Amino acid sequence: MRWFWIDRFDEFVRGSHAVAVKNVSLAEEHLHDHFPGAALMPNSLIVEGMAQTAGLLVADAIDYNRRVVLAKVAAAEFHFDAVPGDTLRFRAEILDLKPGGSLTKVSSRVDERLQGEAELFFAHLEPGEGVPKLFEPEELLKWLDQMHIYDIGRDESGQPLQRPDW
Amino acid sequence: MPSRDEIFEKVRTALVDALGVDDDEVTSSATMVGDLGAESIDFLDIVFRLEKAFGIKIPRGELFPEDVLSSSEFVTNGKVNAAGLAALKARMPFYDLTNFEKNPSVQNFPNMLTVEDMVRYVQSKVGG
Repeated sequence: MRWFWIDRFDEFVRGSHAVAVKNVSLAEEHLHDHFPGAALMPNSLIVEGMAQTAGLLVADAIDYNRRVVLAKVAAAEFHFDAVPGDTLRFRAEILDLKPGGSLTKVSSRVDERLQGEAELFFAHLEPGEGVPKLFEPEELLKWLDQMHIYDIGRDESGQPLQRPDW
Repeated sequence: MPSRDEIFEKVRTALVDALGVDDDEVTSSATMVGDLGAESIDFLDIVFRLEKAFGIKIPRGELFPEDVLSSSEFVTNGKVNAAGLAALKARMPFYDLTNFEKNPSVQNFPNMLTVEDMVRYVQSKVGG
């Protein structure tokens, strides 16, 4: 099992912002016990979905040259619970980016209702900085394809993103 | 030019947001690591917040001299040597290194940084 908490990207603008969707379904096993008869998506996993949305945006912005890891949830607030049948839309925006780290802001909406907001801080680590290799390139590329990043992604000038040749 | 108190208030806000501490915990003499619980990744977060709050640019290594502290030229047996201390003083005149000099173990460096050191650093950048 892989740790996928977004289903696809609907918008992806290099170095700027991205929108990903997550469909919450009762077919997901983790909802069966959380809670029996009253399933709800844990906000901790929503943070993970937000982090995947923002993390891929950041990793793309630095050309996947470093290992982008969620270092800190600087702030997070949730307004209501997401339940089976809901479609969450995560909108991530890069607030600041340096070689060593980045600060992002991510919102989560169900339809037009603001479900949650978080400020996520990523560290960009180089090999040897204590984090093992996160992905084999071909595995990462499969994930990016699955996320439709190269179908819908645009660079800063509005041109389609080029799928890398890894 | 902002006054020292204005700088302190903005530094306090940055530290409250970055470290999740209460306003009243952020005193001038509070140490960043020991009292406020800052970890290494927090320093980068603090850099982002100070840059935004004051409209300044903080080059890597200026607020936290990781290059000096990891250099074989400046560190001998886990302690910052005389050349290293000279380098730190020249690079970071805004830090009060008096306590650090008594036991200049590399590990002690983050422990000796105080909120006041952050304020003096910002003052040196904005000329307050």
